[in-house]
Amino acid sequence: MGLILEQVNKTVEGEMHLADITLDLASGSRNVILGRTLAGKTTLLRIMAGLDRPTAGKVLMDGQDVTGISVRKRKVAMVYQQFINYPSFTVFQNIASPLQISGVNKKTIREKVMETAKLLHLEDMLDRMPAELSGGQQQRVAIARALMKDSQLLLLDEPLVNLDYKLREELLEELTAIFKKRDCVVVYTTTEPSEALKLGGHIVIMDQGRVLQTGPTSQVYRNPASVDTAQLLSDPPINLFDAVLKDEALTLGSDLAIPVTPPFASLSSGQYRIGVRPNHLYLHRQSPEDMKIESTVEISEINGSETFIHFLYSGYKTVLHEVGIDSRKIGSDITVYMNPENFFVFSKKGELLISPNRPNTRSQGDLNGTNLSG
Amino acid sequence: MKKWQDNKGWLFILPVFLIVAFSAIIPLMTVVNYSIQDIFGPGQRIFVGTEWFKETLTDPRLHEALWRQLLFSGLVLLIEMPLGIAIALTMPTKKGLGASLCLVLVALPLLIPWNVIGTIWIIFTRPDIGLMGALINNMGISFDHTASGLHAWITLMLMEVWHWTPLVILLAYAGLRSIPEAYYQAARIDGASAWAIFKYIQLPKMRGVLTIALLLRFMDSFLIYAEPFVLTGGGPGNATTFLSIYLVKIAVGQFDLGPAGAFSLIYFLIVLLFCYLFYQVLLNVGKGEAS
Repeated sequence: MGLILEQVNKTVEGEMHLADITLDLASGSRNVILGRTLAGKTTLLRIMAGLDRPTAGKVLMDGQDVTGISVRKRKVAMVYQQFINYPSFTVFQNIASPLQISGVNKKTIREKVMETAKLLHLEDMLDRMPAELSGGQQQRVAIARALMKDSQLLLLDEPLVNLDYKLREELLEELTAIFKKRDCVVVYTTTEPSEALKLGGHIVIMDQGRVLQTGPTSQVYRNPASVDTAQLLSDPPINLFDAVLKDEALTLGSDLAIPVTPPFASLSSGQYRIGVRPNHLYLHRQSPEDMKIESTVEISEINGSETFIHFLYSGYKTVLHEVGIDSRKIGSDITVYMNPENFFVFSKKGELLISPNRPNTRSQGDLNGTNLSG
Repeated sequence: MKKWQDNKGWLFILPVFLIVAFSAIIPLMTVVNYSIQDIFGPGQRIFVGTEWFKETLTDPRLHEALWRQLLFSGLVLLIEMPLGIAIALTMPTKKGLGASLCLVLVALPLLIPWNVIGTIWIIFTRPDIGLMGALINNMGISFDHTASGLHAWITLMLMEVWHWTPLVILLAYAGLRSIPEAYYQAARIDGASAWAIFKYIQLPKMRGVLTIALLLRFMDSFLIYAEPFVLTGGGPGNATTFLSIYLVKIAVGQFDLGPAGAFSLIYFLIVLLFCYLFYQVLLNVGKGEAS
């Protein structure tokens, strides 16, 4: 049971917006669609909701073909990027509106509104008008309205993008908890890898109208099928280097020789691409196997309590992610350490060959996502 | 030195002060000056205090003109506001040739000089050669706005609606276009009817521009002069003598500058009062809504 998309295509005026999307989203699951802007996320959501028809393909809801059925007849709730509320209704009336339309009696409405308002910390502002609320509160009202509906499908289209950083963090945590309790299909789109990782559940990575990879978020994070997914699901993007394996020696960049230890032993001679996550580059030696590279700082940006140090390594733009604040002068010398154990190896075309071997300590799909290290 | 520096700000206000003084304060004070004196000629003036105001306020012809004016403005608002909104709702929503064409066609009456509009309608409604006048008369209905007060009113209202509804349409259309598409989607998902969408989304979201449309239409219709002056000249009889036409008769026709000054001030205060009331009411109704 759940939402199934079969070979969904969407072309608008000859332009391909979605190509062959096949997805199986189970009831009670949290699904995050991750992709850059214009990847087709919103178009896909609109088709899931029934606001748009696919050019080709089928949409099945709980086993029933709903492809051509109008959105009014489906049990769908949606939250948008913009804060959409009825402008002339109070917060209470806004939250109650889905039930009022379906004609539920007043007492039940009141109870349910109170319950939902409490969940989203809106109980003190039920008598206010939406425009009197802050952006975060307005979006909470919109989310509350969506939750009130007894829907099979809950769609959220980049709901936190217009909120400030702090609110986003807060709401994201609350939403994760709320979604876990729902038994409908939750679909959440975002452009931010960190949001996807925090929400956990399942992930659908999209790029240019195509699905690149699907699966439990933690698994996809640890085993990105291609360079593209690895880059989309890493913020800052994963560092990539070209490497050549020749005569039993793997050379990264211009001259860095990597010992061909067991994980790499299976590779045959040829060209490869090596990926290293920014958080796996260190300024201090972590283990004897670490390899050392030298460079100069291009720019060092401090972001909250983290530092991103950008440098060039034999022509490749590289980022190092360091916990804590570390202000380095532009042009100063740095020594960076990395362990070949943390390397992703992709083929020249970009398919994953080897991912860092890590014990999967948590069960898939139940991943909180905050402590991902893989 | 310190003092001079502190007062330097006044220099920057000076240009604005001068402009306002010449464009508003001095003309207004001139009117005030007239309204409290009886002027016979240069250097021959008598201070009369509030006499002109008393005379004006008790003038029965002014009372008639005021009621006529209120009726006219009331009808204008009652017809033009709903009609403008209704037409705006039927206009094309997508950008393109259709929408551009519609906007130009709708805006056309607004581009015609006001006195020309009066002339156009004089010819249009002439019983012998006018397109509308001759058509109605040939159907056996006698229609002549120079003979019947009612006919004069009907003609005037038609002209006013034709001339100014486009302004309401344009403002309402702008308001409609500024509503994000997501509102309509959300309403569809909620299963809202077209009427519910209009009542709960479009109307509240248009409140800002509609307030402006209402104020503009009230002020303009309350101060209307050029069109009835050309079309009816205030007649037949006094049937279409509105406040401004009566005022011009006193000031220019009879050269009673004192009463005309008092009249002008009272007229100005009435317009101000109504605008304030409308504004307050609409502000309160829309309290807490997004503008």
